[in-house]
Amino acid sequence: MIVFLIKRLSNAALVMLAVALMAFMIFRFAGDPVELMVNEQTTQEQRQELRERLGIDQPVLMQFARFVGNAVQGDFGISYRNQESVMSLIAERFPATFELVILATILSLVVGVPLGVITAIYRGRWFSEAVQFASIIGVSLPSFVIGILLILGFSVSLGWLPAFGRGEVVQFGWWSTGLLTHSGRMALILPTVALSLYQITLVMRLVRAEMLETLRSDFVKFARARGVPAWRIHYRHALRNCLMPVVTMTAMNIGALIAFALVTETVFQWPGMGLLFIQAITFVDIPVMAAYLVIVSFIFVTLNTLVDITYALIDPRLRDATT
Amino acid sequence: MNAFHARLMSSVAALGLLVGAASAETIRWGGSADLNSLDPYSYGSTFTLSFLNHIYEGLVRYDADLQIEPALAESWEVVSDSVWRFHLRQGVTFHNGATFTAEDVLASLNRVSHETSPLRGNLPAYQSAEVIDDYTIDIHLNGAYPLLLNDLTNIFIFDADWLHDNNSELPTDVAAGVEGYTTFNANGTGPFIIDERVPDTRTSMVVNPDWWDEPEHNVTRIEFTPITSAATRVAALLSGEIDFVEGAPVQDLPRLQAAPNVNVIEGNALRTIMFGFNRRETLNDGRENPFNDLRLRQAIAHAIDMNLIRDRIMRGASRNAGTLVAPQIPGYSAELDEQIAYDPDLARQLVSEAGAEGLAFQLTCSYERWVNEEELCSAVISMLTRVGLAPSLDIGPWAVQAPRMSGGQADMFIFGWANEPMLDAYSLLVQVVRTREGTAGVFNWGAWSYPAWDALIDAAAVELDRDTRLGYETQVLAGAREEMLFVPVHQQPMAWAVSDRVESVVQQADNKPRHWLTRMAD
Repeated sequence: MIVFLIKRLSNAALVMLAVALMAFMIFRFAGDPVELMVNEQTTQEQRQELRERLGIDQPVLMQFARFVGNAVQGDFGISYRNQESVMSLIAERFPATFELVILATILSLVVGVPLGVITAIYRGRWFSEAVQFASIIGVSLPSFVIGILLILGFSVSLGWLPAFGRGEVVQFGWWSTGLLTHSGRMALILPTVALSLYQITLVMRLVRAEMLETLRSDFVKFARARGVPAWRIHYRHALRNCLMPVVTMTAMNIGALIAFALVTETVFQWPGMGLLFIQAITFVDIPVMAAYLVIVSFIFVTLNTLVDITYALIDPRLRDATT
Repeated sequence: MNAFHARLMSSVAALGLLVGAASAETIRWGGSADLNSLDPYSYGSTFTLSFLNHIYEGLVRYDADLQIEPALAESWEVVSDSVWRFHLRQGVTFHNGATFTAEDVLASLNRVSHETSPLRGNLPAYQSAEVIDDYTIDIHLNGAYPLLLNDLTNIFIFDADWLHDNNSELPTDVAAGVEGYTTFNANGTGPFIIDERVPDTRTSMVVNPDWWDEPEHNVTRIEFTPITSAATRVAALLSGEIDFVEGAPVQDLPRLQAAPNVNVIEGNALRTIMFGFNRRETLNDGRENPFNDLRLRQAIAHAIDMNLIRDRIMRGASRNAGTLVAPQIPGYSAELDEQIAYDPDLARQLVSEAGAEGLAFQLTCSYERWVNEEELCSAVISMLTRVGLAPSLDIGPWAVQAPRMSGGQADMFIFGWANEPMLDAYSLLVQVVRTREGTAGVFNWGAWSYPAWDALIDAAAVELDRDTRLGYETQVLAGAREEMLFVPVHQQPMAWAVSDRVESVVQQADNKPRHWLTRMAD
């Protein structure tokens, strides 16, 4: 197990290094931050001087090496755009994104699993076909369109829910949550729904496929033959056998949701990491972009590792294979 | 958050309660971008400066007609060509209670002109300052310089002791890698006091009851939220969640005007949009530069249908331009502003005279630096194609395109100039029109050079008589029109929108919200 963990940790470090290196290679095409930082009356010499002081006139590998050197000591630098320490910027934004992603995940399970079971059991009936059809729309509509439609419906026309922001938040040390205030909860509804729609359809389709498979298996047939009630077969026996891949996919997708959240966050002005990243791109805020990419890749690797460890704990056969 | 800020916040909160009991007139402002910092000297952003002008003030300011009027300085005199003496207002206090004196001016001038300050270009003529007594200060310049007051409208005054106590006498420096105290805290003399700042989420201010000036506003609190997505901003205004938007998208104006609870305030901004040309010997790809032929530049001018651009792309909200500066800018001349005629036949003829039929070149634009820029550039591409040229569009984010344009990689490029913060045609002339040399011609992206104009511009730089100086400036602008240095297009529209809770806001051509002039409905 320890060997496995060490292996994983070194893998994680390698992935993060690779992401950072690629990031610095791409930054050259993101533009010149100095053009945005100084005002119109700044001379070319002064601009060049600032470039030199920021180190962005150096070759990519030098910039990369300097970034890694500082990052190892926990120093990600200062944001060009708002002059704040990058670590505290990201720490400030992380709770907002995390809250949104976890709620969207829960919502996708709460809605997606029952829908999947129902469409599998009542396969071919009109309502399950209708849900299937609607789910195609859910997958194919881009999330910014969904966000705008939700805002138009629930904020502008009905006036029930806020169109932007997080509402009032409660601070616990560096963590902040909107779940404890009324305005915070109201503000969470639309972004959560917008972010979870895609995930709901994914869960639903996965559960449906697994259910169809399981319903054909021998133990279900035996249970039917024994006269076990239908609901008990479906929800107690069949569903349990379907959940393993659903849990895996959901856990691995949390990383993807954190990354996807940037569109939802932009539409709803949700002060999370995605919004921070989008604005960093517009302002060519290299320290923020680099730190964000490294941290998101870290989250991905961690989630994958956790899933693998869970597997190993559940299934001893895999434990041998992975060590 | 440190002890001082906490103390400031609690006293401010108490104050808010007191004032709130009388009349709580809160204006909720949805901005199109966040301010970069609470430190006015940290990032070259006009919007940040205009926001912070609610908290900080300069020695002088622009009044409702964009004329300079006294602010923290009560009067001034020119002692010699290079020395100006300012008599400061007495009895002004900072938000922390400290008294405003000449030492504060000195510390602020030194801070903004420090070599690591990104805004030192805003005070190009400054050499040093000398405190005469508590309320008198002499500013020494590099030489005679007529536009010092214009520059000073944007140089905000800090409290010297406050800077010293918080180790912030030098400007914040991103390269040094440390956060600055002034990035998160503010202490000015202005009409509003900073209450809370959560970057990208909320910045709120409460009214300063001890402001030295007679307030014309009845706003007790300003709650600013950046909403970067334009559609969301419009939705929030329609649903009554915000009261004021300084960036209403042009395409949504009909919708906003139709809404019963929203009013739209439109105007023409100072910013003139134009097209410039590479004027080096050769183009970036090594071809001989065809844009050095005046006939080709004229052909392009006659090929662009400004009326069509105004009516279709700007929804009738822009103002066609014939010269390179807006009417409000000193140096402007109505005679030069006559629209260049749209005449595709003449354009086609000029193209063939210049031997440029089928000429392939790139028009360099960015996506959203200027209002509806992408649509504007696409339209110009098809207009130029119609007169026998073969342009292609090179478009990308501003941060990518700006170095390409300034580095001579663009054949023809879009350009916008507002003459801010100086509000004088000299700004355009010295930074764009003049030959690139030393601090001049920073934005001379096409590397053109007209020595006769340079002489006039240099004469204007040191001419203290206003009329003579403006005469020089107009002369250069006339030459620029004759030479078709730039093809002017329009003054771009600016549109604000307010909810029916707002009784009046003052919108000036510089597009800066000034909520110390805003009145809320009772």
